[in-house]
Amino acid sequence: MNNERVIELEEVAIRFSGDSGDGMQLTGTLFSDAAALIGNDISTFPDYPSEIRAPQGTVGGVSGFQVQFGQKQVTTPGDYAHVLIAMNPAAIKANARFMNPGGTIIYDSDSFTEKNLQKAGYKTDDPFSESNLNDYRIISVPISSLTREGLKDFGLDNKSILRSKNMFALGLICWMFNRPLDYIEEFIRSKFGKKPVVADSNIKVLHDGYNYGISLQHMTPSYIVHPADITPGTYRNVNGNYATAWGFIAAAEKAGLELFLGSYPITPATDILTALSERKDLGVKTFQAEDEISGIASAIGAAFAGDLAITTTSGPGLALKSEAIGLAVMAELPLVIVNVQRGGPSTGLPTKTEQSDLMQALYGRNGESPVVVIAAGTPSDCFYYAYKAAKIALERMVPVILLTDGFLGNGSEPFRIPKLSDLPDITPRFAKDAASFKAYERDENVLARQWAFPGMAGFEHRIGGLEKNELGTASHDPENHEKNTFIREEKVQRVVDMVPDLEVCGDEDGEVLAVGWGGTYGHIISAVRDLRKEGKDVSLAHFNYIKPLPKNTAEVFSRFKKIIVCELNRGQFASYLRDKMPGFTYHQLNKVKGLPFTVVEIKIAIEKLLEE
Amino acid sequence: MTELNYTIKDFKSENEVRWCPGCGDYAIMNAVQRTMAGMGIPKEKFAIISGIGCSSRFPYYMSTFGFHTIHGRAAAVASGVKMANPELNVWVMTGDGDAMAIGGNHFIHTIRRNIDLNIIIFNNRIYGLTKGQYSPTSDRGFKSKTSPYGTIEDPFVPGQLVIGARGTFYARGIDGNVKLSESIFGEAARFKGTSVVEILQNCVIYNSGIHTAITDPAFKADRQLILEHGKPMLFGAEKEKGIIMEKGRLKVAKIGENGVTPDDVLVHDAHEADPSLHLSLINMALPDFPVAFGVIRSVNAPVYNVEMIEQINQIKQTRKITCVDELLNSGNTWEVTSSHNGNGKPKDCIEKHVF
Repeated sequence: MNNERVIELEEVAIRFSGDSGDGMQLTGTLFSDAAALIGNDISTFPDYPSEIRAPQGTVGGVSGFQVQFGQKQVTTPGDYAHVLIAMNPAAIKANARFMNPGGTIIYDSDSFTEKNLQKAGYKTDDPFSESNLNDYRIISVPISSLTREGLKDFGLDNKSILRSKNMFALGLICWMFNRPLDYIEEFIRSKFGKKPVVADSNIKVLHDGYNYGISLQHMTPSYIVHPADITPGTYRNVNGNYATAWGFIAAAEKAGLELFLGSYPITPATDILTALSERKDLGVKTFQAEDEISGIASAIGAAFAGDLAITTTSGPGLALKSEAIGLAVMAELPLVIVNVQRGGPSTGLPTKTEQSDLMQALYGRNGESPVVVIAAGTPSDCFYYAYKAAKIALERMVPVILLTDGFLGNGSEPFRIPKLSDLPDITPRFAKDAASFKAYERDENVLARQWAFPGMAGFEHRIGGLEKNELGTASHDPENHEKNTFIREEKVQRVVDMVPDLEVCGDEDGEVLAVGWGGTYGHIISAVRDLRKEGKDVSLAHFNYIKPLPKNTAEVFSRFKKIIVCELNRGQFASYLRDKMPGFTYHQLNKVKGLPFTVVEIKIAIEKLLEE
Repeated sequence: MTELNYTIKDFKSENEVRWCPGCGDYAIMNAVQRTMAGMGIPKEKFAIISGIGCSSRFPYYMSTFGFHTIHGRAAAVASGVKMANPELNVWVMTGDGDAMAIGGNHFIHTIRRNIDLNIIIFNNRIYGLTKGQYSPTSDRGFKSKTSPYGTIEDPFVPGQLVIGARGTFYARGIDGNVKLSESIFGEAARFKGTSVVEILQNCVIYNSGIHTAITDPAFKADRQLILEHGKPMLFGAEKEKGIIMEKGRLKVAKIGENGVTPDDVLVHDAHEADPSLHLSLINMALPDFPVAFGVIRSVNAPVYNVEMIEQINQIKQTRKITCVDELLNSGNTWEVTSSHNGNGKPKDCIEKHVF
């Protein structure tokens, strides 16, 4: 191998891109798993169109999957790709702006026909000049015809043959990054176990791609990325939606309860329903309801009847659930509502990520209707915050909204597998004494009522959405209503004793404090870390607990001269902080493009603030 | 189990009943309490779920577990209750507005799934709690506060919706006929699947007398056909009239006239899976026909909550994963044994604490 062409990098981002039918998501996932298995830290982000099959060859139909892997902790999928695999001209057009300067583009030259160039909106036969990509290492590979040639003896029709061309690209990339093929082969064998011809042909093409890399080495760079230094333990890959689902399974097992999910399919939250539907072996009850309202209403019924009850959705679905969340607030039942946020308003950008449902989560209901709001920070974090959401709901008899987002839900990273025995106990507030039981008698410290459900003899009682007295009897007494309104809010505030203190990444005090919440953690910590390496005086305080806020929040803020709140909306958390933590000036960095932050844009905003 | 010698008093709650004097709901509650007292089921196993409307105040007046939820959603909440604990005997108290308008979607899908609930619809063909607007069961042309010139829409017939949603149990009763209601409720409660019972209920304030043409004692013998499984469809003061089939349609005939013999009268088969005759019976209306009451349809079919548990139990028998630790360690995992840089977190950022 020509050593000049071996590039050693701490981290590399690769973007697989093609028509939404080209199998790019699978290609990217397989490569990511293969990278993780040999010890790299990874972070992935699928970027796909909302139509399953948008018109072939058009920019709107481009489906992408980006993975970043490295020898140190990888907290984002990478702002810009070092290597782009483009299966057609539209993929070049769509991804030009996501390329790292000087990066490598590998494209299927067979698909660069006049017709496809036109479909992608190119006016000449030189898409690379048109997209200002002349300074890139551009490698033309006739992927389609090489695939066809390799499979000519398999007796497959042309359509089946072309379906394997993603494996050629995958083989080539595996060669470039020196990744063994055995994991991928194993996957193909198990996936197509019943169709040996399909398995054999895919593996043949995979090897053809790999071998093509060897013969191409005079012009193709090969990259070396050493394994990452990560905490010892057993790891697996997990995306945020699966981590969320499994966090609830863990919570139910720990609490000794059955798990019930009432849900209605909605992008990008559906995977949680899928993940839990797969777990009948663990007794999980999943109910695909007729609509979002029935999803939450059935969960409220299950909570009334003694299950750990959850409902999952995304923004528009949360809107439909609003009235029912109010019922759970009023009835004071344990319930977790997961909102995997997406671009809004209305149908908005269903497959894109955003953090614009914060106000909806906090306030989007009639009446004074307080709930606990928490937000996960990374895909694997979702496991722990789902667990924590269930713990809070069950121990405090209160609805909890867990906010994740499309970036976390679909993004994946290695997850150090915990043991259930190492997770904190969950102690539901089961009612114990029938003789003295009153439906709304409260613990004097945490203000939570007790949980008694149908089937428990002697505890028969009535609850409902009407304002009530201690016995649960409807009451229109004005004093009682005001008192209960206060109690319901105070009960949520007292959850603060279950909230860890806000921690600062960086210095205890200083010039600039970057503030973030939820799914932007990876990008903001990357930016802060980079800046600190450059000697800049910046630290990060990242929030996972929104309501109630950690009790040391104001104290942390007071130790910094400037605060900048970074979020993927127009400033909802900044507004909330202005209301709840007054006395500070909150600068803002906002982005509402349906895309995650880039590390670069966060760095620029912080540098600008440092200079002011 | 201890002996369960309940009386209806055991099912009355301490709350004062606040329906209007003379409201049909009192009689319905009386029949429900009688039914529950006689079922031999421990009181704590009953759960009564309601939506919003006059009828939905029902749980507050009962001493069982009860949940007064939000408008239209009772069937969905009750479905969750039943799935969480299939041992319970779950009742849904709803009205024509609650079930047929705002809750229409939950109503049809609950029936389609055949989840084991007893849904009692108090049909007074008016919105009472909001003081007198037309409902989805009000007749075309009906005048109300929101239709001062008469409605310009046709009503739902609840039984038709039940059949359309592939319902397995449908019965019709009258508020004042407690004996009939009690027998229907008993059958409904014992039936495995979604039982829908429509009770013609009189709202004394906003729609008094809406069912009088059917319920008036002076005419009821000629205008009510009380169906019983296995019995001929006879009605009239002397049971001198019957329902016959002629040219594929139902027809009222007088026995002995035009050569009609008792053998020509249809015998009610509530267990017939084919719903066509049940639908015809549901459709019978004045003035050409008497109105059908009693259990019109009662057909065994797979029950959602039973299937749910059976599926789980079946999968558990051959499961490879028995707990969450095994789940998390299933699939592709790998070991990391060495560590150079603490836990790989940069030194300037301590590990965040979730708990």
